[in-house]
Amino acid sequence: MQPTNTKDPQYYHKVVDCQWGCPAHTDVPGYIRHIAQGEYTQAYLLNRESNVFPGILGRVCDRPCEPVCRRVRVEEEPVAICRLKRVAGDLKGDFKEYLPPIPKQKNGKKIACIGAGCASLTLANDLLPLGYEIDMFESLPKMGGLIRSNIPKFRLPPEVIDEEFDVIVDQGVNLYLNHPIESMKNLLAQDYDAVFVGTGAPKGRELDLPGRYETDQVFVGIAWLESVAFEHIDSVGERVLIIGGGNTAMDCCRSSLRLGGKDVKVLYRGSRDRMKSSDWELEPALEEEVELVLNHSPEEYIVENGTLVGMKFGVLEWEQGENGRLKSTKVGEVVIPCDTVILAIGQENSFPWVERDIGLDFDEWEVPVVDPTTYESTVSGVFFGGDAAFGPKNIIEAVEHGHQAAISMHKYCHNESLTERLPYGMNLVTAKMGLHEWTFSNDYGYENRLEVPTVPMEKRFKDINIEVELGFEPGQFKKEVERCLNCDLQTDFAAELCIECDACIDVCPVNCLMISENADEAVLREHIKTPANNLEQALFVSETLPQTGRVMVKDEDVCIHCGLCAERCPTAAFDMKKFTLEIPYAVDEGQLSKRIESKKAS
Amino acid sequence: MSYIKKPKIIRDNDPRNKLGMTFDDYEGVMSTLCAGCGHDSITGAIIQTVFDLNIEPYRMIKFSGIGCSSKTPAYFASQSHGFNSVHGRMPSVATGANAANSELLCIGISGDGDTLSIGMGQFSHAIRRNLNMLYIIENNGVYGLTKGQFSASADLGSTAKKGAPNLQTPIDPCTVAISLGASFVARSFSGDKDQLVPLLKAGLMHRGFAMIDVISPCVTFNDHEGSTKSYMSTRETKREAIYTDYIAPFSEIEVQYDEGTSVEVDLHEGGKVVLHKADDNFSPLDRGQSIKAINDASDKGELLTGLLYINESQPDFTETENTVIKPLNQIAFEDLCPGSEALHKLLDGYK
Repeated sequence: MQPTNTKDPQYYHKVVDCQWGCPAHTDVPGYIRHIAQGEYTQAYLLNRESNVFPGILGRVCDRPCEPVCRRVRVEEEPVAICRLKRVAGDLKGDFKEYLPPIPKQKNGKKIACIGAGCASLTLANDLLPLGYEIDMFESLPKMGGLIRSNIPKFRLPPEVIDEEFDVIVDQGVNLYLNHPIESMKNLLAQDYDAVFVGTGAPKGRELDLPGRYETDQVFVGIAWLESVAFEHIDSVGERVLIIGGGNTAMDCCRSSLRLGGKDVKVLYRGSRDRMKSSDWELEPALEEEVELVLNHSPEEYIVENGTLVGMKFGVLEWEQGENGRLKSTKVGEVVIPCDTVILAIGQENSFPWVERDIGLDFDEWEVPVVDPTTYESTVSGVFFGGDAAFGPKNIIEAVEHGHQAAISMHKYCHNESLTERLPYGMNLVTAKMGLHEWTFSNDYGYENRLEVPTVPMEKRFKDINIEVELGFEPGQFKKEVERCLNCDLQTDFAAELCIECDACIDVCPVNCLMISENADEAVLREHIKTPANNLEQALFVSETLPQTGRVMVKDEDVCIHCGLCAERCPTAAFDMKKFTLEIPYAVDEGQLSKRIESKKAS
Repeated sequence: MSYIKKPKIIRDNDPRNKLGMTFDDYEGVMSTLCAGCGHDSITGAIIQTVFDLNIEPYRMIKFSGIGCSSKTPAYFASQSHGFNSVHGRMPSVATGANAANSELLCIGISGDGDTLSIGMGQFSHAIRRNLNMLYIIENNGVYGLTKGQFSASADLGSTAKKGAPNLQTPIDPCTVAISLGASFVARSFSGDKDQLVPLLKAGLMHRGFAMIDVISPCVTFNDHEGSTKSYMSTRETKREAIYTDYIAPFSEIEVQYDEGTSVEVDLHEGGKVVLHKADDNFSPLDRGQSIKAINDASDKGELLTGLLYINESQPDFTETENTVIKPLNQIAFEDLCPGSEALHKLLDGYK
């Protein structure tokens, strides 16, 4: 094998599984260590740098970081990364003075943002310090977009949204609420230098079966959730059927329980493993005694004398078809009585206000054609982000879109190439403080994952505003932070210092090291003491060792970053080094632009 | 030494031996030796050896004297028996244990000081008795615990850390052992587990006194330029006289050597060694030739390694002394201590 290039920031970045898995590449181990040391404000700020809304995301993030957490490969449960983020949000002190200053002298560029959701606010957060003037238009009476209208208050209290959104708006966004944009053409005719569209995917999918329009008790999930959020709906029938198996279905069923639903069922046409809802959204629903009915496909709304009385379902059985696809067979029919039906079978993009003759192209699903790197649409100067760009995804993706669109818009406004973007950088600093003392706690925490405390069942349903999860108290999370394996503390190896004493290999608790003659990757993987079977994880191969010409090989799969290899190394060939990923943001591009301009001037 | 304990983590695909045990199961407490000490690497090789040989920990007893080397038994096979004895007196204790329970596999671990200085007498007599044990000398050429004075194995001209040369001739444990009649003598290097592990296996399965002199660099006091027992100089000067494979009972010999260049020796306790000659003039079955080869190499500044001498037919201590084969703890009390009448009868027999 060729020696591994650890100077490429992406190599060590991939070792930090959570950061690699996060669309915004949040420095998870970094903020967990801040929490461990009681530095909650620093933890919050470190979060905010990449994900902008730690308080919101600490409650409702889709947490792509957790399933990939290294801990899952060592034992069963990941570190409670998301809930620890909330700790930073809950316990932080005043942080506003640490935010980048907003220049009084503006840079003369004016930007329009359509929609006041997470993508737009991230964009504003990144562009305000560069002196941009930002007009933001929101059709609803409050900011937040889908997180305000679609996420129930018992999961995400409105105060949390207000706090984190206001911080950005107070820095000088010109916010226009109740101000829907009716025509893109008109907007483009105004004197904006660039336009950002962050309007989400606001249209719930219909289920047009017989009886659909004979009753007023069939609702489209996300529209219904919005009406609940803005208190236009405050009750629901006693028997409620939710159609669908995603996270919206979970929000609908749990909301129904709080609005008078007594017998709430979620019906899904497939099996449980095919449901799109995350485990951590499904499990609380089941705890609250929502009934999950699987393999039921809706066929007809049963309406008698204008009143919805039930819904007919086909009962399905599934088997693997010849082409490998699942095939269903109807094996029966059943009518389930109900008073209300809520449809949660998906959501779509919708741009009735974008004229089709302005050169802005859409694909067959009404999704705009957007460049995945620059986020620019087919109209130059018009950028998309969040669900509006590529269809429904999640909040943390929207935040990353905001960051990237901000870079593009800055470059666009300065006539720079949109595709020549700053690369990722890294910082690698030794964590050694003494003979065997490190800047991190390297002892392995054996504890199991800490469950987050919740409001008791009997108190939950009185008011839809009661937040169910309580968050960790100080003291509760002391053990949870120790479960983090500090994957950002890299076992950096300097081949030229190695004397091949084998100390690191003998002490490694997970047998992931080997000194051997260099060979093909498959051979090296096989010969390591505990074979490196996980092909998704890299194999590190050093430069040639000076004494015997062999190489040091490390399987990155389950290294627990305990640092014992470095402690047992007599020559510091292995050293634990803190890896920091340097992510370029619009401000960094801004500094570069300034430097280029001053060079030109001189 | 580390402040943290080595975490216990079992991975699904960790290798397991026939007893279902992992490497972890054969480990001991965390080493308190200097980071990079050759002794720790020897510990790793011993763990590999007993793991591969599927040895139940209760069948093994570890002995040591005093010194850095003698701390080693604490770092492997925590579940085995062990005795840390007086400086240089480990062979006496091992002799007693051997007489009391000849079924135990004995591993004695000593150093160049513990063996060649204070323990020279005991060492010699253990060889004379052909005590059934594996005797490992962790040989680093210095007294590490007392801050790096030359030991009896330091080579002529080898320098101390601050540059002073050694002016006394070294004792070579291998030539000494062969000339005293040891039945298994080998030399290896802590930094070469590929060579060391088969030798340890063969030594443990040999019946009689198996001595392995393992060059084990002292990273703190003897790993500098000018030292002849540093990692670098050992790698440069060592020459393998013979390649050793240990073949477990009932398993196939995988490597085929040309006829005439390899020798097979069946081991009393199970398995066999296959010796493949690197040099036509060397035979590990001929004492005189072995000693000459070692000395000739040494004159050329080379360190001859591998299985240097083996004699599997020499009777061991239990045989020559006709000790009881059955462990004493399995013999009924009445038989062990038949009473004063029986004693009188015995004494009367000598009158």
